[in-house]
Amino acid sequence: MLFFSYFKELVGKEVTVELKNDLAIRGTLHSVDQYLNIKLENIKVVDDDKYPHMLSVRNCFIRGSVVRYVELPPDGVDVDILHDATRREARGS
Amino acid sequence: MSTGPGLESLVNRMYNRQANEFLCAETISIITNDGRIIVGTLRGFDQATNIILDESHERVYSTREGVQQLALGLYIIRGDNISVVGELDEELDLVNDLSKIKAHPLKPVIH
Repeated sequence: MLFFSYFKELVGKEVTVELKNDLAIRGTLHSVDQYLNIKLENIKVVDDDKYPHMLSVRNCFIRGSVVRYVELPPDGVDVDILHDATRREARGS
Repeated sequence: MSTGPGLESLVNRMYNRQANEFLCAETISIITNDGRIIVGTLRGFDQATNIILDESHERVYSTREGVQQLALGLYIIRGDNISVVGELDEELDLVNDLSKIKAHPLKPVIH
């Protein structure tokens, strides 16, 4: 639940999602769900010369199971709040 | 909200879902776990991301010749196998000349 809540805070920010097939997609985070499936808008594929496969796609839905990394804007992270939330989760609340 | 599995939940889901929102009857492009691109009309889906795709075709990318399109028809694609579902923008698709695009096929997903 922690990461689901965390991603909900990031809606509207620009993120880059790197997938397990090495494809990386940059876009604005539109929504996220309990499975950490991600919907991105106005996407741009990183290295689109190598990956022209999504040229005609503006918005996409990425299945959570296939995400390797989500790269975040550095100012999108409030470390203190994250620390507190993590401690609460660890305590089992 | 209906929860169980079953084909009833797949056919013509029209109400708002957090992720797939009102995409029924839209043209979509699916990237599968084995690196294939399948384009078609979305007819239905469920919580497990199983998808019904109508008038579908596979776009095969190669480094030697342009993009090949293989007609497939009406498909159900199991959610386990889906990486990305993209909304195909028809205008953008017309602008790009597929026969000129050469690229390596996508790599399969490695968990």
